[in-house]
Amino acid sequence: MTSSGSTIARVSAGPRPIRSRLAVTLLAYGALALVTCLLAPLVGSTSISLSRAFDRSIPFADNVDAQIFFVARMPRVLAGAVVGAALASAGVVLQALLRNPLATPFTLGVSAGAALGAILAISFGAAVTLGPLSPVPLASLAGAFAAAVIVYALATRPGRAMSTSVLLLAGVTLNSFFSALILFVQYLADFAETYRTVRWLMGDLDVGGFGPILGALPLMVAAFLIFALLPSSLNLLSVGADIAATRGVDVARTQRLAFLSSALATSAAVSLAGPIGFVGIVVPHLVRLMAGVDHRIVLPASAFFGAAFLVACDLVARTILAPVEIPVGIVTAMLGGPFFLWLLVRKG
Amino acid sequence: MAACKKRLILLAVLLAVTGGLKASGYHAVHDARVAAGHHAVLEAPVAGDLQVSGGAGLQISGNDRAPVTRIISLVPALTEMLFAIGAGPQVIAVSSYDDFPPEVKALPRVGALLDPDVERILTLRPGLVLTYGSQSGLEVQLARAGIRTFSYRHGGVAGALQTLRDLGAATGHAADGDRKAREIQAQLDAVQARVRAYPRPRTLLVFGRQPQSLQQMYVSGGAGFLHDILQIAGGANVFADVRQESVQPSHETVLARAPDVIVEVRTRQLGAADVSRERGVWAALASIPAVRNGRIHFLDGDYLVIPGPRVGLAAEAVARALHPEAFK
Repeated sequence: MTSSGSTIARVSAGPRPIRSRLAVTLLAYGALALVTCLLAPLVGSTSISLSRAFDRSIPFADNVDAQIFFVARMPRVLAGAVVGAALASAGVVLQALLRNPLATPFTLGVSAGAALGAILAISFGAAVTLGPLSPVPLASLAGAFAAAVIVYALATRPGRAMSTSVLLLAGVTLNSFFSALILFVQYLADFAETYRTVRWLMGDLDVGGFGPILGALPLMVAAFLIFALLPSSLNLLSVGADIAATRGVDVARTQRLAFLSSALATSAAVSLAGPIGFVGIVVPHLVRLMAGVDHRIVLPASAFFGAAFLVACDLVARTILAPVEIPVGIVTAMLGGPFFLWLLVRKG
Repeated sequence: MAACKKRLILLAVLLAVTGGLKASGYHAVHDARVAAGHHAVLEAPVAGDLQVSGGAGLQISGNDRAPVTRIISLVPALTEMLFAIGAGPQVIAVSSYDDFPPEVKALPRVGALLDPDVERILTLRPGLVLTYGSQSGLEVQLARAGIRTFSYRHGGVAGALQTLRDLGAATGHAADGDRKAREIQAQLDAVQARVRAYPRPRTLLVFGRQPQSLQQMYVSGGAGFLHDILQIAGGANVFADVRQESVQPSHETVLARAPDVIVEVRTRQLGAADVSRERGVWAALASIPAVRNGRIHFLDGDYLVIPGPRVGLAAEAVARALHPEAFK
């Protein structure tokens, strides 16, 4: 926590420098995300003609290039952007809430709950759908909510600040417990289903249409609206709950909002794309290494950088061995891990 | 127990990791149901007992000319073969995945690929245990106990027929094994002859995906049993160029390959409502000729994915879907 002093110094240094720094940083990160999202759909495992893809005179159902562009690539890039932004932001918020640099969106057990839901749906061939949500995403969302409710109930007492250590321990324990249940279900299931569940656990952004993204969007929007309220309080909270309280932060409320928003974002992201690892821990730290520790900058910058990072990783996943693909979770870990270590060593 | 679990996780992860790059979805189906294949090897625990020839055939000599009377099969495809060649009465136990032929339902279960119950197997005092090639630990254990194993790995249709012969030789039913293999070959030839005159439709053979979604689809690549069946049935596999048993294509790749026919094989039977719902999912990829022309077929039954004695039936079912005009 050596950075805490400088955080306060920077936070109290007045509005002008932070405002201009915020503008410049966000412009840079925003541009990076935008350029990545605009370029990514132009590349893929097959070469398509863009003029044909945008040719309105050919009926959409007959236009392979348009279908590849609008049904396969665009939703995939959009899913990558949304999921990347959500996981990275949730990572930032949870690292501040738990005051633990190792916290990830999956620390709270939400992703293990989602995984259990998905695996039950896959193993038992669930058929329930809700709007644009097909059975597996729906079941994983239910699992994520159940896990979030359990952890929240364990860590809160009415009218008192959340116990972050209970939150952390409950999350970790729930993760192990759900993992055991997952193994148990897998062990009982047919091998083919077991394989499919393991594949789900590696993450997949090839959602094949805007429907699944629309299904996840309400939760994402809610999460990001809450994220927008948090940065200043998180700056103080990451120094310590007592200090935050003396400086006028409603600690209990901030903690609740932080938990709620990161649980919503993680649930939506995991139900859409599976538990894609590393984005939620690597991106926040990378951004902190590059842009400092002020959450007013780190949080939005991480969202943009997370979007760009995941879209880029998925681009690698879908093209490098085409027509065969690498699960994107493997790419995020293989690219993100060494890069992060390199940055760490260089900084150290 | 913990070690076993660890191995299970390791295997699952290993399968999973290779899955994106290699062939494992299909392996999984086969490892599970466990399929038949080329590399059948009879392993003799006691040197001199047996002479195992390399290459295609399998010769048994010496003391082991006498038929083995107590056989345990850990591989459903091999169990089916045993019953098909008249060795059914010698089978004393089967794997937990076995459910064909109906006679196996009364037999004791001794685990399967990942969880063979070694104690149970030893208690049953088998003369021969049919194992899968990846069960090397089990094979060593059984060898130590003086029990012979017949180790094999799945492969294509030719491999399944060869395994039938090898199994006949190993169980004292060499003539029956030969006859059954010839009979199945004749069935396959008949299917092939029937569809030969028709042009081969470009076909996507799907054997797994998420329910009500086209995500995480597993399709047959240009190697292995399902690819062979598709060839015999008069189809042209759109993923023939990927020399793997299974491919996990993205929406983009499926759109680009533009199959004329889509055949989905499932081990679990779907109701009529489910079939129409699952068929509807394909509407998202409307530019695919198979979708536009309504040529999407759902076939169910485990015989479609088990390279056993029912491969003739599997080939015919796929041929009927691809070339209904040839079966009028």
